[in-house]
Amino acid sequence: MEGFIVSLVIFTAIFTIFGLGLNLQWGFTGLINFGHVAFMTVGAYGTVLLSMAGVPLGLAMLAGAIAASLLGLGIGLATLRLREDYLAIVTIGLAEVIRLVAVNEEWLTRGTFGLQSFPLPLAMLNPNPIVRVAMVGTLAAVVGLAYWRLWGWMRHTARAIPRSDLVTHSLTALGYLLALGLLLLGIGAGARTLRQAAIWPNGVLGMVLLSALLGALWLGKGLSDRLSRRFRAWSTSLGLVMAALLAVLGVYAFGYAASAVYRYSNPSKSGLLWLSVLLTALIFWGLETLVRSPWGRVLKAIREDEAVAKALGKNVFIYKLQALMMGGFLAGIAGSLYAWQLTTVYPDNFRSLVTFNAWTIVVLGGAGSNVGTLLGATVFWAYDTITRFVLRDIVPLDDARLGAFRIMVIGLILIVLMMWRPQGILGNKDELTLGR
Amino acid sequence: MHSYSDEPIPHPPIAVPLLRAQHLSKRFGGVHAVNRAAISVPQGSITGLIGPNGAGKTTLFQLLSCFLQPDEGEVWFDGHPIHTLQPHQVATRGLVRTFQVARALSRLSVLDNMLLAAQRQTGEQFWNVWLRSHQVAQEERQQRERAWELLERVGLAAKAQDYAGSLSGGQRKLLELARSLMVNPKLILLDEPAAGVNPTLINQICDHILTWNRQGITFLIIEHNMDVIMSLCDRVWVMAEGRNLADGTPAEIQQNDQVLAAYLGQ
Ligand SMILES: Nc1ncnc2c1ncn2[C@@H]1O[C@H](COP(=O)(O)OP(=O)(O)OP(=O)(O)O)[C@@H](O)[C@H]1O
Ligand SMILES: [Mg+2]
Repeated sequence: MEGFIVSLVIFTAIFTIFGLGLNLQWGFTGLINFGHVAFMTVGAYGTVLLSMAGVPLGLAMLAGAIAASLLGLGIGLATLRLREDYLAIVTIGLAEVIRLVAVNEEWLTRGTFGLQSFPLPLAMLNPNPIVRVAMVGTLAAVVGLAYWRLWGWMRHTARAIPRSDLVTHSLTALGYLLALGLLLLGIGAGARTLRQAAIWPNGVLGMVLLSALLGALWLGKGLSDRLSRRFRAWSTSLGLVMAALLAVLGVYAFGYAASAVYRYSNPSKSGLLWLSVLLTALIFWGLETLVRSPWGRVLKAIREDEAVAKALGKNVFIYKLQALMMGGFLAGIAGSLYAWQLTTVYPDNFRSLVTFNAWTIVVLGGAGSNVGTLLGATVFWAYDTITRFVLRDIVPLDDARLGAFRIMVIGLILIVLMMWRPQGILGNKDELTLGR
Repeated sequence: MHSYSDEPIPHPPIAVPLLRAQHLSKRFGGVHAVNRAAISVPQGSITGLIGPNGAGKTTLFQLLSCFLQPDEGEVWFDGHPIHTLQPHQVATRGLVRTFQVARALSRLSVLDNMLLAAQRQTGEQFWNVWLRSHQVAQEERQQRERAWELLERVGLAAKAQDYAGSLSGGQRKLLELARSLMVNPKLILLDEPAAGVNPTLINQICDHILTWNRQGITFLIIEHNMDVIMSLCDRVWVMAEGRNLADGTPAEIQQNDQVLAAYLGQ
């Protein structure tokens, strides 16, 4: 269980950084990058190859990220002077080209054999108790800060609910969520039993399962609609309770993570866990500062209307280049961490699907919100890990098909989200209809 | 009074004007949108630019503000040629344009729309956000004060924290006007500031333009509303089919047969 949680946290951290890069480009600047994984590939290979050549890991990571940002610079110089859609098209091609280079330049990348047994960060470390406590302490500080902000947000949001109704509202929301969760669990358990009993052919079982899920969805939506008519601040209370539940789960995850770091029993993972959480926190804080600064204001202006930004004296081209480079840099860092987490690097790790994952995360959380990206990454990886292990017992499909099925469900979730909550989890709905 | 029917190139005026353009041409495929047009805007004036729909006024504005590159001709602003510059360079030199259809930055607050327009902000440089955070915060406070002042002047202070996208059409015109003031420009090009605005608001806009003009800002205004042109402008330029038709004082223009003919369609 501990290893499970640790790898979940690491993946979430990596894809938060990765998604934050895309969010800066698309959510804040309006640049469409369909080849985000290219930057990650450069970062990963750059770091690994340099470190194998004896360059210290920190330096190798920095160099990989800089290489990725230079790739962003190149793409920007080549396409930004053209019409917007060229960037989207070129980035799609670029990602594939970079992957093919990794496949074919065997003298450098060893092609499809991939790179293995390269140096990992903090893996050789055998920290004494003081260092361990310090590491756990930094983790705790990061988490504490996050909870402090979450608490502020919850108090702020709770003001929308009349005081006297707060308890009934939250209890109803809690009950609603628990009931829905139990229903899903029941369906899962039922399907599992049926599958093990093997009375029905797989096709029939699949159909039954699917209709049960759709029924549950329909029931949940119907109940939610009914409740929202009864309670004025229904969606707000639902959000609050969900945030609280997530916070509880977060404490749980933090417990495991802290114990993993303290015991340092699996050095390569413990060190990486600490490093990736710390980097995520730093990058998150840095980006929040940036997007609230005059610099970030220019990016948002470019997203809204380039011509206005130009008319007001902003050098749009330079800012777009900066956003591309910055996003590439972050993807490069995510690439290093990704390589270290996987401990082996194959060109196949960097298929376009990874770009698609980043888009899912950003859209899920709500474009233009850094917290949203963090949340999107959490939800995405929680979904990914849970379904990877749980669905195997429930859904009557073999492993290869199950993989495809999970991606299909993500697509379905996105479609449903676009219909019910087009602004993403944390997006602001008012923004969608502005100026139309 | 100056008429171009027999005399293609205007004489350069004696005092050097703030903005001067000559022989400007721009083709879009077969359309000769601007055809060897000239214009001159004296320092401190409110100059009008009128002409029938499709006369090429907006295109001329785009040439003057470098949003389009001219096929031929030159533009001089404040003693320097600017037709080779990028639009943002023109703006930093003190020439701001507004748009015929008011363009608010929808998902930015009204206040942020204003703050964006301030020039030479330290915090617009990536590294300065980190290296000079103190100075950035201080400038931000000053600009905020200035923005509030301007918003109060145009009656948008109550909306400062709202999304600019939630403003009405007329309010967007006001925001665009206030935003261009925030640049601290020498010259503002206004493209139909009164279009789609109710009469009371039009009067307000005119008052603001006059006040700011008295404070030293030069205006060049495209407008179909003749009352606005007549009450504001010192001098009016008339275009038709991409060419200069006439220029003169508002009173002279009103008497000009060619202008009347162009407006009434021969
Ligand atoms: N980007 C463009 N591409 C092709 N043709 C254009 C373009 N912009 C303007 N035109 C053409 O140039 C001519 C002049 O247009 P312009 O917008 O300058 O007119 P205008 O004087 O501003 O008219 P209005 O008073 O209606 O705003 C029109 O015939 C128009 O169709
Ligand atoms: Mg026009």
